[in-house]
Amino acid sequence: MTTNSTRYLIRGASLGGGEPADLLIVDGIIAAVGSDAARDAGSSAHSIDAEGLIALPGMVDLHTHLREPGREDAETVETGSRAAALGGFTAIHAMANSSPVADTAGVVEQVYSLGRASGWVEVRPVGAVTVGLAGQRMAELGAMAESRANVRVFSDDGVCVSDPVLMRRALEYVKAFDGVIAQHAQEPRLTEGAQMNEGEVSAVLGLTGWPAVAEESIIARDVLLAQHVDSRLHVCHVSTAGSVDILRWAKARGIRVTAEVTPHHLLLTEDLVRSYNPVYKVNPPLRTATDVQALREALADGTIDVIGTDHAPHPSEHKECEWAQAAMGMTGLETALSVVQHAMIETGLMDWEGFARATSGSPARIGRLKSQGRPLGKGEPANVVLVDPAARWTVEPDKMATKGRNSPFAGTVLPGRVTTTFYRGHPTVLNGALNSPLPTDPEEPAWNI
Amino acid sequence: MTVPAPYSGAKQRVVLAEADIDRALTRIAHEILEANRGTSDLVLLGIPRRGFPLAQRLARKIADVDPGVDPDSITGQLDVTMYRDDLRRNPTRSPLATQLPASGIDDKVVVLVDDVLYSGRTIRSALDALVDLGRPRIVRLAVLVDRGHRELPIRADHVGKNLPTSSSERVRVHLREVDAAGAAGPGGAGDEVVIEGGA
Amino acid sequence: MKHLLSTSDLSLVDTLQLLDVAEEMAAVGEREIKKLPALRGRTVVNLFFEDSTRTRISFEAAAKRLSADVINFAAKGSSVSKGESLKDTAQTLEAMSADAVVIRHPASGAPARLAASGWIDAAVVNAGDGTHEHPTQALLDAFTLRRHWARITGTPSAGTDLGGMRILIVGDILHSRVARSNVWLLTTLGAHITLVGPPTLLPVGVGSWPCEVLYNLDDAVATRPDAVMMLRLQAERMNAAFFPSTREYSRNWGFDDARLALLDVMGLDDTVIMHPGPMNRGLEISSAAADSPRSTVLAQVRNGVSVRMAALYLLLSGRGHHEENRGAGGALPRTANRMTQEQA
Repeated sequence: MTTNSTRYLIRGASLGGGEPADLLIVDGIIAAVGSDAARDAGSSAHSIDAEGLIALPGMVDLHTHLREPGREDAETVETGSRAAALGGFTAIHAMANSSPVADTAGVVEQVYSLGRASGWVEVRPVGAVTVGLAGQRMAELGAMAESRANVRVFSDDGVCVSDPVLMRRALEYVKAFDGVIAQHAQEPRLTEGAQMNEGEVSAVLGLTGWPAVAEESIIARDVLLAQHVDSRLHVCHVSTAGSVDILRWAKARGIRVTAEVTPHHLLLTEDLVRSYNPVYKVNPPLRTATDVQALREALADGTIDVIGTDHAPHPSEHKECEWAQAAMGMTGLETALSVVQHAMIETGLMDWEGFARATSGSPARIGRLKSQGRPLGKGEPANVVLVDPAARWTVEPDKMATKGRNSPFAGTVLPGRVTTTFYRGHPTVLNGALNSPLPTDPEEPAWNI
Repeated sequence: MTVPAPYSGAKQRVVLAEADIDRALTRIAHEILEANRGTSDLVLLGIPRRGFPLAQRLARKIADVDPGVDPDSITGQLDVTMYRDDLRRNPTRSPLATQLPASGIDDKVVVLVDDVLYSGRTIRSALDALVDLGRPRIVRLAVLVDRGHRELPIRADHVGKNLPTSSSERVRVHLREVDAAGAAGPGGAGDEVVIEGGA
Repeated sequence: MKHLLSTSDLSLVDTLQLLDVAEEMAAVGEREIKKLPALRGRTVVNLFFEDSTRTRISFEAAAKRLSADVINFAAKGSSVSKGESLKDTAQTLEAMSADAVVIRHPASGAPARLAASGWIDAAVVNAGDGTHEHPTQALLDAFTLRRHWARITGTPSAGTDLGGMRILIVGDILHSRVARSNVWLLTTLGAHITLVGPPTLLPVGVGSWPCEVLYNLDDAVATRPDAVMMLRLQAERMNAAFFPSTREYSRNWGFDDARLALLDVMGLDDTVIMHPGPMNRGLEISSAAADSPRSTVLAQVRNGVSVRMAALYLLLSGRGHHEENRGAGGALPRTANRMTQEQA
């Protein structure tokens, strides 16, 4: 039982973009849907007028950099999960490249506990595949899986598990606890000193190229490895049209591969690099318009399964410098919904049902999150987001909850706004602003409600 | 239907026509010869743009008087752009060529030639430019028009015409060598001096 | 023109104005008193994050001939975050009221970053950034080529372009800021450019450049070029597997004695050999080629001061860029506004 016993009646929200209906939330659970909801609500329920709003299952991010422990000047679990709640998320996966690296049960449990204490979203640590992300020795994956953090997703994100033998062993090993290896596909030798997509623009700008083949060759190798050992592979931040072709081929062969795309790769192209403004420096780099189009189509047809933000906050001094010196990465938690609405829904490529699948159902399934990514039905956990699809807002990084100011969308007008986020039946966000975190319950593991 | 007149809106009058200009230059040429007691060591340096063709015309008139003189060999152009005191107040100007006669200017009698003498600042720039190029024995100044309103202690030695003006007026000199036909004043494509505007 | 960052920003009008002004500056260089008062009271900072005595001296001479005050700032990579140091250094210069910052930096785009950052209000002159551009080198090359072209075609140098001229640029195009700046500038001036080098040293994406690409230097010489520009082979490329050995590179892409002789055999009497310096004699250029009458190497150095004077003069004289833009109504092309409205 949660300590939350308040009742909320959401009136007239369009469920997943479909017909308007009422939702009743009681004690962290969706207690009633439709005409039953108002009847069962009773007089004590808080009523939320959701006319014109869309109700979606709480978003799940497979790819968030929370920076804690180690770089609390860039982000903390607290600030990152506040940003997540505001962005419509009810669960996020904290990438392992903290300092120390999340490569032991101790570190993942620390991150997990910090998330529980914060209470804005469910924070699920990702475990490193190799010790120190060094690509040499496998980390204690089993210990992390069996820890209180219950890790299921393992990734060296930031660097590629480039050693094919190590990758093969990791894919095999995680089968023991139904884990998944999330690969950062980047052939290291082909990308030494790489600064941006290799092509016409890099040629003109004199910046060292990050060729598409460096991503595609690793994905090709890894899908074949996954097939060979019959394991689950997840490909992080797919960025090229060629990668899409390989994934499509792999899925047609029945290989158990899933793939992710970031919101920024669905919208931005390498031409922005011409400004040499490091806010556009990201890994993998922004690609061409052809790649963007291929990624959108792949997300629409399911070749790419999920949106992962790759939210990567950096302190301003890491971006207020020359391009080559600047850190790679962009913030994304608070703009993800709007960017995807802009790139996918307003272009007619995807509907809100597809959006819910890519931002909630599929990532929860890949991460094995039992209480996330569920449909908005009676008896389901009340992870619910209300979105105003008609809203338009100007991105102002200074006003964001994340500590990172490195949003490539600064100053642009985006559609869609999260007005309300329910995390396990508790409104973490109300009227577009942070409300309060879920009261902590130290007894109960979050993944097991 | 009316055809708008050129310079519509601006009040204008021709103060020197082609023949007046020619007469004025003839007189100046004679004055220069007289002041210099002949053509020896004489160098005429025109200040771009319109000072240079005036210097060329003066040199030809001097050669008419003294056929032993090659007009080209005593004429030059002195660009003063880089010496101006108002570079930062105006849009960027490209400097034009400075071309001195082969004999140089050291120990010569240099006559600076310009179209209009006004504040005197251009001549101040020219004097500075001259110092960087050599050491003339004497420097004199010849102008087609002196319109007054001096801001520096500078005066002309030879003046085609003294023209009282108000400072709100503009004096425009049109010369065949420099000004395209389309830019010519009310008198047509020939030479003339025009006063425009004013209260 | 508020900054000089890339030759791709320069229109034909801009370029001709720069070269024409440089002609006048060159004339000043031949006088006894080689100084002009145009930039008196202005401060030019040479901000060099990378050693280049040649370029620094050339800019220093240019600024001093225009009577500007010159501050040399050798800001070679500090031990702390280099990003911090660029911003902090820029703000230091701003506090010292620098009017122009001439920046040499190992990172491509650092001058553009400085110009766009808002850290500094001064005009920024790119004196070579990483493997991006080196605009004043291209301008001095264009100036040298234009004088040569004017001489053999019997036209005055001022006001003319390089229409009809065939130029080879040979060597490590991939890492060459000189090559990039020259491709944009010389094609703007109407020249026909052919890039020649090993495929490993030509950038992916070169196909979209406004020039031809050949892998074989002898085939390229057979096209009867008017100028051959040899690029310096940087030492750090020699052991990075871009080519099997320096000897093989030299045999295939060096301008050696045999190719020098070939120019004579082909009757290409007016073809010049250029090199931005410093040269690796015996590697990309033989001593005989470097010292032959065809070599423009020293003329290039001499002309460097003139074009840098022109650039500094056009950037720093005249009314401030900001007030001017307010008056211009914003309809004029990006870089042309300042340089075309000269006839005031």
